[in-house]
Amino acid sequence: MATTDIHTHLDVHHHDDHSHDHEHHEGNFWTKYIFSEDHKVIGKQFLFTGIFWALIGGTLSVIFRLQLGFPDANLDWLRPILGEWITGEGKLDPEFYLALVTMHGTIMVFFVLTAGLSGTFSNFLIPLQIGARDMASGFMNMLSYWFFFLASVIMFISFFLETGPAGGGWTIYPPLSALPQAIKGSGTGMTMWLVSMALFIVSQLLGGINYITTVINLRTQGMSFTRMPLTIWSFFFTAIIGLLSFPVLFAAALLLIFDRSFGTSFYLSDIYIGGEALPHTGGSPILFQHLFWFLGHPEVYIVLLPALGISSEIIATNSRKPIFGYKAMIGSMLFIAILSFIVWAHHMFVTGMNPFLGSIFMLLTLIIAVPSAVKIFNYVTTLWKGNIRFTPAMLFSIGLVSFFLTGGITGIFLGNSAIDIQLHDTYFVVAHFHLVMGSASFFGMLAGIYHWFPKMFGRMMDNRLGAIHFWLTFVGVYLVFFPMHYIGIAGFPRRYYSWTNFDTFNGFFDLNMLVSIAAIATLAAQFIFLFNFFYSIFRGRLASTNPWYSNTLEWTTPRVPGHGNWAGPIPSVYRWPYDYSKPGAKDDYIPQHIPYSETPESNLPHENELIKLETSGEQGAIIVEGKH
Amino acid sequence: MTSLIIGLGVILILYIFYLIFRVSNLVSIAKGRKTDRVDESNGVHAILFVVFMVISLGVFFWYSYTFFDDYTLPIASEHAVKTDSVFWITMAVTVIAFSIISIVMFIFVYKYQYKEGNRAKFYPDNHYLELTWTIIPAIVLAILIFTGLRAWNEITSPASKEAEVIEVVAQQFAWTARYPGIKDNELGKYNFKLIDPINEFGLDLSDKNSFDDFKSLELHLPKGKEVLLKIRAKDVIHSVFLPHFRVKMDAVPGMPTQFKFVATKTTQEMRDEIGNQNFNYELACTEICGRGHFSMKMPVFVHEEEEYEQWKKTQEAWLKQNPDYLKKVPAALQEAAMIKAGLQEDPGNTVAENEVK
Repeated sequence: MATTDIHTHLDVHHHDDHSHDHEHHEGNFWTKYIFSEDHKVIGKQFLFTGIFWALIGGTLSVIFRLQLGFPDANLDWLRPILGEWITGEGKLDPEFYLALVTMHGTIMVFFVLTAGLSGTFSNFLIPLQIGARDMASGFMNMLSYWFFFLASVIMFISFFLETGPAGGGWTIYPPLSALPQAIKGSGTGMTMWLVSMALFIVSQLLGGINYITTVINLRTQGMSFTRMPLTIWSFFFTAIIGLLSFPVLFAAALLLIFDRSFGTSFYLSDIYIGGEALPHTGGSPILFQHLFWFLGHPEVYIVLLPALGISSEIIATNSRKPIFGYKAMIGSMLFIAILSFIVWAHHMFVTGMNPFLGSIFMLLTLIIAVPSAVKIFNYVTTLWKGNIRFTPAMLFSIGLVSFFLTGGITGIFLGNSAIDIQLHDTYFVVAHFHLVMGSASFFGMLAGIYHWFPKMFGRMMDNRLGAIHFWLTFVGVYLVFFPMHYIGIAGFPRRYYSWTNFDTFNGFFDLNMLVSIAAIATLAAQFIFLFNFFYSIFRGRLASTNPWYSNTLEWTTPRVPGHGNWAGPIPSVYRWPYDYSKPGAKDDYIPQHIPYSETPESNLPHENELIKLETSGEQGAIIVEGKH
Repeated sequence: MTSLIIGLGVILILYIFYLIFRVSNLVSIAKGRKTDRVDESNGVHAILFVVFMVISLGVFFWYSYTFFDDYTLPIASEHAVKTDSVFWITMAVTVIAFSIISIVMFIFVYKYQYKEGNRAKFYPDNHYLELTWTIIPAIVLAILIFTGLRAWNEITSPASKEAEVIEVVAQQFAWTARYPGIKDNELGKYNFKLIDPINEFGLDLSDKNSFDDFKSLELHLPKGKEVLLKIRAKDVIHSVFLPHFRVKMDAVPGMPTQFKFVATKTTQEMRDEIGNQNFNYELACTEICGRGHFSMKMPVFVHEEEEYEQWKKTQEAWLKQNPDYLKKVPAALQEAAMIKAGLQEDPGNTVAENEVK
């Protein structure tokens, strides 16, 4: 596969390269589309699987929103699909309701926003944007997808168990998740959940190692770290966070498997259930929560950072401006990545954890708001005095910034332990994380799909449908999640099948109905996207090689890049990716592979210095390049 | 039949949409693409963003103002005043920041929309600006952290010795309270291995403090006196949530937890305040615990202190209700148990009791 070739560089603009790169590795259907080692195909595989899961996850949420918005409705018409989960009176079974909530969370967080977002775009964009022929290890990359596929299959099968899928919440706190007598979903459903997640973690680690290695080792000539697009920076940080935190979830899951199947007591102690006292003593349920959130909180940023990276790139391109504060953006991502590891216990302020620990975690948590605020201000400043084109990708990126702001700001409430006493596990939390992590990341994913669709499939998606999709989804998401703040301040607990048992929570029928209707409409709007997506794959207008007039390297590849990405030599990089609207330049963008020597009219003084390096410095320099 | 017709109707409508899409596509192809770098609709989005901002901020402020009483719960404890003030300070700071940033962003989006022949400003960085908006949020957050920490430290400080100790026990899907009893005012020991269908607390009857403990399915609290809730769970994790008192603490099997607070309004006072004579305080579960999670409720009553003491006196000790368990009491303590549980008059106490009457 990738070999290291040391040779003398003679060409000014391009690498010296060998003609056998023009060869196409055709292969048969199986090696080309199914067990492919090509990063672009693997990226698309992640994308299609992610879209499939997003539909399932979205549908689950609509089913439980039916229950919450229309508690009196007769759901008999769902019986053909849900069977016995609809009770005799035409109601959703309360335990199935919990299973729906659990699976919605698991699917959306892990399968859609981790695998679907990071898997798709890290795979697709890293080699294309850093100028590599493929990932460091195509085989591991393929394994990464197929482990994810296997995890998906197992998770999907768990829906068809008689006892139902896991139902203890996506955070699977033991003892509830450890004891089948506590809830039906903790039987075989939970076992399959754990097996599926274990495979999923393997998939993430295989992928993450590859992303990190590729970014460090396979950058093209001139692509120094400070010339990398912010997308790559974000994927790089995401992979590192994942590599450090997913093994901890693996350990947590493994110990839970031991407790469930082999009678150990890591998380169990002093339990009397089903008419008997269990023999477990000495375990701590809180231990699981520490381990879980040690992944769980970084996971938030695993989900969010790629979306922020994607939107940085798209906002800069479509504002026709350099991203404001490129280094501050990298710095804030780095800072967020580090802090994400030392704030986990803010999910546990009222678990009985030592209050002093609570104050420390509150302090650390609120510090995260600073780099996040810097990011928002930098986005806004990037828009300032821009020349903004509202492509669908740009619309979704602006939507992302709006969600990031609205949802991020409520984090200041929840990170404050004194306020969290009241708001913990209420709908305020649901509103907060669905906006800042769910919707923002989801918009990042959609923005990415709209923006890089031309490179993925060589055709354009329809802009009008994209715009309609955006406005329906943007307004829809706000209608779904904004009212939840009020419901949460009123104290409504989450994961409640119905609130009518309590006088305190016996209200807001109107808001809950509004939320449910908005949720249904928002899901329906996604079918516009699906139509646009699949129609455009086959019938969309043919794309030009650089439809958005963008600077990054992927737009120097052919319309549909083949195996190896560039038909000829890999282009060298001479400048950062954000030379948009440079004063004096002929056009409002200068791609990364254009040397300063070709743009004397727009060079800044220190850039003129670099011309010497381009012409003389590289002559005879030793270049290490990965190639096939 | 009707569902078939509805199905066909939906398919027909979708097909019509598809045809419209195709036709408009073909028209645009026939017209020929303009070489413009933006669609004609570019300006529409700029306007829509501003319209969206105005309407949504308007609805936000209108709803928050008009329905204030619907989404805020009245305060019924001492520390709730503090947590709520931290909450509203944070609200003020964040709403101001949120509004300014939103307005500025959407105005930029509108003002700097694509214009033919325009060129964006090349403005890659400005260290002073970046430093400013790093330092200002840092200072504001430091203030918020400080106010929050002060409230948090007070709330979580140890309870005083005089605090009224009440045990709340969670199980799927009910709450039970155990009061220390008026004779010794101490909760007896318990052990989960002693739990059975009748001895739900797992009372350890070899401990003399357990004899006068009594059980209640309602939580009764004194007004104006510090209450220390000792919280535990028998099966899975639950969470005690007293919304009006701003109290929340998980009930964890194997790890007793606690929360101290002072109730400031009796049930009757709260009824008068909100003008609803049917009002009752409630305790809810806020940690997913299984099928009946949503129905895990305990009624809560707050009394004036004397009224509360009176109520306690009317409660029978658990041992009195379940005299069969006397045989679990060690022989040496049998008589003390009988007396403390109220199964037998205490000969030495009659004088004292008469005095109280």
